[in-house]
Amino acid sequence: MADDLKEQKPAGKATALIGGVLKEVKGLKDKALDDVQSLKKPQKTQLYKSIFRVTHDEKPRNRALGILSNVFLHLHPAKINRDAVAYNYTWGMGGITFYLFIVLTFTGVLLMFYYHPTKVQAFRDILYLEHDVPFGKLLRNMHRWAAHLMIITVWLHMFRVFLTGSYKKPREFNWMVGVILMLLTMLLSFTGYLLPDDQLGFWAVTVGTNMARATPLLGHEGPLGPEFGMTAFNDVRFALLGGSIVDSNALLRAYIWHCIAIPLIAGIFMAVHFWRVRKDGGISGPAPVMLESEIKEPRRF
Amino acid sequence: MDWVQLWEITTLPDNVPIVLLILVIPFYTWYGLRQAFANDRLIDRLEADPEMAKTHHRKTQPWKPGWAREVQVWPYLLRMEFLVAIIVTFILMVWSITLDAPLEEPANPSLTMNPAKAPWYFLGLQEMLVYFDPWMAGVVLPTLILVGLMVIPYMDTNPLGNGYYTYKQRKFAIWAFFFGFIVLWLSMVVIGTFIRGPGWIWFWPGQTWDHNKLIFEANRDLPDMFGITSMLGKSLFGAAVVGLFALVTALGVHKLFTWNAFNRKIYNRMSLIQYVLLQFFLVTMMLLPAKMVARLLFRIKYVWVTPWFNI
Ligand code: HEM
Repeated sequence: MADDLKEQKPAGKATALIGGVLKEVKGLKDKALDDVQSLKKPQKTQLYKSIFRVTHDEKPRNRALGILSNVFLHLHPAKINRDAVAYNYTWGMGGITFYLFIVLTFTGVLLMFYYHPTKVQAFRDILYLEHDVPFGKLLRNMHRWAAHLMIITVWLHMFRVFLTGSYKKPREFNWMVGVILMLLTMLLSFTGYLLPDDQLGFWAVTVGTNMARATPLLGHEGPLGPEFGMTAFNDVRFALLGGSIVDSNALLRAYIWHCIAIPLIAGIFMAVHFWRVRKDGGISGPAPVMLESEIKEPRRF
Repeated sequence: MDWVQLWEITTLPDNVPIVLLILVIPFYTWYGLRQAFANDRLIDRLEADPEMAKTHHRKTQPWKPGWAREVQVWPYLLRMEFLVAIIVTFILMVWSITLDAPLEEPANPSLTMNPAKAPWYFLGLQEMLVYFDPWMAGVVLPTLILVGLMVIPYMDTNPLGNGYYTYKQRKFAIWAFFFGFIVLWLSMVVIGTFIRGPGWIWFWPGQTWDHNKLIFEANRDLPDMFGITSMLGKSLFGAAVVGLFALVTALGVHKLFTWNAFNRKIYNRMSLIQYVLLQFFLVTMMLLPAKMVARLLFRIKYVWVTPWFNI
């Protein structure tokens, strides 16, 4: 190469050099154009394919694979009753409840960064959140209102499931799981109520846990409680509060139930709930109506 | 009328969800029943015309031959979910920007809040405390509510109305649920929020809360009204009254449950255990309105007095 160049005239050398560079540049330009082209079709990129594991042509098979091969979306079947996607059947209430649970987990974790479950700090942390933490007030408000909203949507979800008779065969068990989820949702809300350590939460929890005193057998003021050996220092209320009054132990217990135990349990039940929706044959309807004349005789033992 | 106070109660930040609930429940009741009635009309037509029943697709939704019965989840369902998530986020954002979560004074055990109210979704239980002792209102009844809800699928032997809205085919079930959920549970939440004032005294909406008001309610026990004084007498008398109540209610439930030929057909499908369970839960549920009437109208505190428990 070097010898070749030496033998040529200087001018020729320059032209060749420029030509070479131009060729390189053109090559680069073509590559750049290719990249731009690929931006228009992100589904064709190696990055996309590696993440989503499918080539995403507009083919039914690939659309189905897009659902099935994604860990989050595979909660869904690939296909679904054409009339079930309309809002009017499920009211989307189960989905909205789950979405609110996610919102609550997210905002809740952020709140945990600022909150200490101790008598000295808890209330001040809330004040700090409200007045000094950037967007702290919005964060607290969102957590509060999402919790209230979730209770409303759980009730509405149950109402819808009842009205569509969706608890009937084969979904009886999932209805039971649902009732437990509703209880857990309300308990989540209730344990959270104490955490700001203000008058509102304190008295609500005092009123609430006072009822536990009266538990038959297990409460010291309940029927047969004293006969069963219950005092204010060993009954269920004591176990709930970690003491005989609502104080620092109660705050810590509420915190742990609220932030760790109940969300975990609820998460497990939700996994079962969604799994069973799928296993019970997907969403129950809108199914073709059945007529009275078509009732089959029940099987007898 | 104390409009200011009514407004204050309504706009108390923690009460706003109930206001929302009061709006949303009638809406969805209407929304569900409207579809139920539409399906009922279709059912009537199909029952009148067996030929049509053989070929009809049996839904109120539109249908053309050749349409696939199922659609792809992506995009048809996912886009809906995405849209709903955006709308919910938007509502939540607006709500959180415009309305602040409440924060009272720091907790102070020596300064009692009056009225000290549970969060609104538990006000049903707190209101039940007026009518029952805490072991009933706070422990036994809530447990029975949960267990009762859980066994619904195992008591309901009606195979119709599985997966579609209908009223005609499930009248008893729907009335029972409406009664328990809307008439009892939700209205008690509303009473607890809007009507109960300081000292848990009944104040009509718009009546000014009087913090000094004391009511020397001359509450009586039913046995006393009959001049029964001995504990044994009271126990036996109470048991008899409660037993009589259970019997009459159960007969009433039975009458409603076997109202027409269709209902009797469903009844015949039930096992003995199923029917006894159903009666047990419905009679227990009716205990609440019965005690509400006894307490609110006749100032009766206990019906059944024993050395161990009172009802
Ligand atoms: C944390 C609470 C809950 C969550 C996140 C949840 C979520 C869901 C979701 C996403 C579905 C799919 C259909 C739909 O959106 O309607 C569903 C279906 C169902 N849920 Fe829930 N649910 C909860 C509580 C409940 C409760 C309280 C009940 C009843 C007491 C219940 C009973 C059912 C049943 C029976 C189905 C099947 C319905 C059908 O196939 O039409 N769930 N749930």
